[in-house]
Amino acid sequence: MTRQLFIIMALCFATTGCSNPTETRIGSKVDNESVLLGEMATALVRSSGTVVQHRRELGGTPVLWEALKAGQIEVYPEFTGTLAFQIFNDPTLVDLAKLRAKLLEQGIGITRPLGYENNYALGVRVDMADKLKLQRISDLLKHPDLKLGMSTEFTRRKDGWPALKSHYALPFGEPRALEHAIAYQALVAGQIDVTDVYTTDAEIERFQLRILQDDRKFFPSYAAVFLYRLDWAKQHPDALATLEKLEGKLDETAIRKLNIRTQAGEPEAAIARDAVQQTLGIATDAVIETRTQQILRHTVEHLILVAISLTAAIVVAIPLGVFASRQPRWGQLIIGIAGLVQTIPSLALLVFMVAIPVIGGLGARPAIIALFFYSLLPIIRNTATGLRDIPLSLHEAAEGIGLKPWAKLRLVELPMASRSIIAGIKTAAIINIGTATLGALIDAGGLGVPIQQGLRLQDKELILLGAIPAAGLALVAQGLFEIAEWFIVPKGLQLTASR
Amino acid sequence: MIELVDVSKAYGQMVALGPTTLTIPTAKTTVLLGPSGCGKSTVLRLLLGLLWPDRGVIRFDDTTLSPETVHAIRLRTGYVVQDGGLFPHLSARENVTLVAKQIGWKLSDITNRVRELAELVRLPQDSLDRFPVQLSGGQRQRVGMMRALMLDPPVLLLDEPMGALDPLVRAELQTDLKAIFQNLNKTVVLVTHDLREAASLGDQIVLMRDGEIVQRGAMTELTTQPANEFVTRFIQAQRETV
Repeated sequence: MTRQLFIIMALCFATTGCSNPTETRIGSKVDNESVLLGEMATALVRSSGTVVQHRRELGGTPVLWEALKAGQIEVYPEFTGTLAFQIFNDPTLVDLAKLRAKLLEQGIGITRPLGYENNYALGVRVDMADKLKLQRISDLLKHPDLKLGMSTEFTRRKDGWPALKSHYALPFGEPRALEHAIAYQALVAGQIDVTDVYTTDAEIERFQLRILQDDRKFFPSYAAVFLYRLDWAKQHPDALATLEKLEGKLDETAIRKLNIRTQAGEPEAAIARDAVQQTLGIATDAVIETRTQQILRHTVEHLILVAISLTAAIVVAIPLGVFASRQPRWGQLIIGIAGLVQTIPSLALLVFMVAIPVIGGLGARPAIIALFFYSLLPIIRNTATGLRDIPLSLHEAAEGIGLKPWAKLRLVELPMASRSIIAGIKTAAIINIGTATLGALIDAGGLGVPIQQGLRLQDKELILLGAIPAAGLALVAQGLFEIAEWFIVPKGLQLTASR
Repeated sequence: MIELVDVSKAYGQMVALGPTTLTIPTAKTTVLLGPSGCGKSTVLRLLLGLLWPDRGVIRFDDTTLSPETVHAIRLRTGYVVQDGGLFPHLSARENVTLVAKQIGWKLSDITNRVRELAELVRLPQDSLDRFPVQLSGGQRQRVGMMRALMLDPPVLLLDEPMGALDPLVRAELQTDLKAIFQNLNKTVVLVTHDLREAASLGDQIVLMRDGEIVQRGAMTELTTQPANEFVTRFIQAQRETV
């Protein structure tokens, strides 16, 4: 039984996260447009006869750039300005030829611009702009009491908020850092007055925002391009040629129209298929799932993340708990370390996992490893406590009647601690199910995907389609463990507890 | 015959048992008697290898108690704990048969032995499939006796077997224990603080105080020729409370 479990786990570890070496993996950032470009690239590369997978919504620029360099993805859409300012910190690289040469050193290739620019800008509500006579960024100097909320990435970028602030000598303190999509909501709700926008964002029209003129020429130009690994291009010349067909074909109006369709909730794959058809006249197949299929798939992914990480945690944590109960000093240390892991914010741990070689990276495997660490503490602690709570007289009775240590553990101690151990596993499972929703941030799939898409598209229904099944899973897990408890906890103990 | 030769045990500064030499005769009942904290339970734990002496040697016939021999000695020693010491997650029958199953007894032998023992300790057959929590204190103690006797060990160690029982049940069980000890012809070591119990069951009484043996002999010797003032006072005090 235990042996079979190990084999199944080993297989799961071997298959998750690893991928077919001939497969092209296209990455995209968490914003709509990046996902859309990712879908278009996916459709095009697939039409060239290459096996392709879209690893969508992986995170911000650093995640994608690292993943490309590490060979975890082969292609992703990027902007020239981001490369020059954020990645290389060298303003002269806005020159495309210089940028190409610089990327070449890293084994990375770059397409010609796709046509549109998506520049950073500051946006405000039109009604407020009229009232305060805001037209240009320098008009903000007269209104130091305005509330600023910037996307998290913008506040941290070298070409973002800090540089903008000193360039214009803006009289503001630290802005609130928010997710891009949430910043729009906060702006509309009046919780903030100024935020950073992308000039192609559909929200600008939808929420009637005014773009403040960059009168002191701060924001550089951000032309959309695809980055790719040169070793990949060598192996897949046809795929690259197909991808290059998009060069110069997407203007701002076209991309903004596509963005509006995304916001209306159409599947990106369908929009990308239409866009490729319209701009290039290439017919591609798009795999378009219904929402039900989508949720089902994500539920299954979620269950796999939880099942593997929890099973591994049980297998490791129970022996550790036994050891901790036997050796109180070591026990303190083990429980202390497991507790320390628990205090690392889950988001930080996941992002950290991306950077770790071998066990880290993108996909299900690093997420499973992170979830595994999160699940350890409750199981170790409850195992140790359950064992320590067994009265000394029963320990003596067990030894005195002639049970050897292993038989004593198996026949007396573990059954007597079973209620506590199962309670620990139950806690771990519920933490695990909740935390697994963050796996979506590193392409692990699961019910976090619809939640994140919903946030990005400002689609409450989609958020609920992820959140409700996740809550449901937690409740089902709770129920299943109560049933399991009835079967596993010896009857004699259940009677004892009820007296 | 069990021998303790110059055995002592201390916890830091606290002496649980001073250097003690004691012979426990075969097929007789030896009672370790004394107030709580006198070291009588320590002797029992040392005999079972639940504690190891700081100094001295313990011998079961020709076998010296050591980490190598302790398992074999435990299998030849029945152990009865206060209030039965039964495992709450196992039924009475499972408690009794736990070790026999571990060492590979045949199922039919186990069944027969359990039936025989239930008769011996006068436990109703239908109690055997109940859990400890569903049994009375007296019944739990009888199950504890069955568990200790299951492998038919030549030695029986009992730690305050009637300590937690109310007086009526206690008297009844005491009578039964006496009959059992006499019929089975086992080397019995019984720990108690109760003078009457000691008088009724013991062939040899070992009166202890502060980790030392004060007097050793038959009950009549203790009453007629007390070794010192403590013996007299101990006997006197117990008589008065009864």
